[in-house]
Amino acid sequence: MSAALLELDGVSKRFRRKISLGDRIAAKLGAKVETREVRAVENVSLSVIRGETLGLVGESGCGKSTLGRIAAGILPPTSGKASLDGRPVMSESGRHEKLTTRVQTVFQDPFASLNPRRRIGDAIAEGPLAHGLVDHAGAVAYVAEQLYRVGLDPSYASRFPHQFSGGQRQRIAIARALAMKPDLLICDEPVASLDVSIQAQVLNLFLDLRRALNLTAIFISHDLGVVRHLSDRVAIMYLGRIVEIGPSAEIYASPKHPYTQALLTSVPRLNRHREGRRAFRPIAGELPSPLSPPSGCHFHPRCTLATDRCRTEPPQLRSMGSDRHAACHLAE
Amino acid sequence: MRRDASPFIRFWREFAENRLALVALGVVILVVGAAVLAPLFTPQDPYDIGKLVLGDARRPPGHVGSGGYVHLLGTDAQGRDLWSAILYGLRISIQIGLTAGAVAFIVGGSLGAVAAFAGGRIEALIMRFIDLQLSFPAILLALVISAILGQGKWQLTAALVASQYAYFARTAHGAAVAERSKEYIEAALSTPLSSRVVIFRHILPNCMPPLIVVATVQVANAIALEATLSFLGMGLPVTHPSLGMLISNGFQYMLSGRYWISIYPGIALIVLILAINLVGDQIRDQLNPRLQR
Repeated sequence: MSAALLELDGVSKRFRRKISLGDRIAAKLGAKVETREVRAVENVSLSVIRGETLGLVGESGCGKSTLGRIAAGILPPTSGKASLDGRPVMSESGRHEKLTTRVQTVFQDPFASLNPRRRIGDAIAEGPLAHGLVDHAGAVAYVAEQLYRVGLDPSYASRFPHQFSGGQRQRIAIARALAMKPDLLICDEPVASLDVSIQAQVLNLFLDLRRALNLTAIFISHDLGVVRHLSDRVAIMYLGRIVEIGPSAEIYASPKHPYTQALLTSVPRLNRHREGRRAFRPIAGELPSPLSPPSGCHFHPRCTLATDRCRTEPPQLRSMGSDRHAACHLAE
Repeated sequence: MRRDASPFIRFWREFAENRLALVALGVVILVVGAAVLAPLFTPQDPYDIGKLVLGDARRPPGHVGSGGYVHLLGTDAQGRDLWSAILYGLRISIQIGLTAGAVAFIVGGSLGAVAAFAGGRIEALIMRFIDLQLSFPAILLALVISAILGQGKWQLTAALVASQYAYFARTAHGAAVAERSKEYIEAALSTPLSSRVVIFRHILPNCMPPLIVVATVQVANAIALEATLSFLGMGLPVTHPSLGMLISNGFQYMLSGRYWISIYPGIALIVLILAINLVGDQIRDQLNPRLQR
């Protein structure tokens, strides 16, 4: 196995509600001021190996996008470290500036992630020009090459984002990310806001590019089907923690964690001949607030198998055989 | 409305639907054009003291003076042809108004955007200072500053900028805070691009619509403020009268029946400011998404 490209080591991210000046004065005077924290990501360690695609799956609000943003160098972790080839992605003190151009991101909403007042050619060329990947003389040809690669006509370079459809815009966003020649591409739900027919096109483009450029990628999605299609390995997140991680074929075939099992049975399928008709059973209860996560295993209030141990002791990720890990006291 | 037209052409078509705004725009262009080309339309250079004849002072409109030409709008107390003095005065007023507006736009817009981008203490410091300044009347501030700096075109412009940049800063800050949280800023930061590039090439261009509206109103305000300061004797030297000073000079003759010395510069000032404001109102209405059809 080749060495890890991206290493997340005990990464946590807490968001604190901004304390107003009045509250701060009150606190100084001795009043009790509630400081509420959202624990978006809690003590996550994982590594991404060169050349693989890691799928990151979970309900909305489980912290998968936050984890992606930490890996991408957009958010600094509250504790822990994100490093690429052993070097930190962001400076750890001061203004938390991103140190590397080798991680690039494709965002969820292509209508928001492109500056509406910049021609797309300028948008694509901006990063490479700023970091000396291309000089001004070569910029036009470079942009044309990037556009061609994502299946767009190079003559579109002088147009504005509002002249494109959602799928075309996402192609532009991919071209912009790839123009930086990244080693690691982080895709934060890149197809979630697209029509299903367009989704397939963009996913196929992604598959082609991954093969052609030998990309390493983290693919964040709430859609298990999409992730299965793309990923070598899958990590399932629940309320800020990774509950299960392993090769995607194995996880889809025999999920170990009760949450993963529940997620997979709730995926609608066309072909149910063998199982016959089956009522849709959603996971009981709602996602707890990350402001006050449950004690012990975060999933216990919704888990049908929960024991007293689950209510008190948070389970660690344990090895479940060949490269598989699950965080459940009961799984084996 | 055709969709293929460029945003600018669509904007112009919508603008042209408002007749009043169209007329106002015409008036602005006419007045600015007349002021810029003043030497072509005026019989006299009002700043050339050697050409002023005191015998022609305070003559009513229509008087044929010693120069052999008709004083269309009469003459002032120094024997200046008022028509000429008004066009030259407009020149100064517009020049100062535009310069002050442009500088205040750049300074205030940058400050507001930087504050919104930086956040935290820097933002609090800049914005509270600006709030503090906005709690004083602009005219008071302008008066104090021009009293310190003294008379002159540049001193006056500086005083106007100092009292007006705050409006731009607050508008830019409000718009920039909204832009700051959008994904394309996140995308730019994750490239990574420097803060300077993100602020000035990504955030500020997207804050332009509200800033342009403020700019039109503030140019009109700068002209009015300049006239006020000149009227109060704080503005320009007497030898280069702006509109405010012309009004001020004629003020003492109002009750003696020589109305024209004050009234005509006053009308010119009102027409210009009203027209700019009408244009600004229409632009504001068009850029307000709640009023969009």
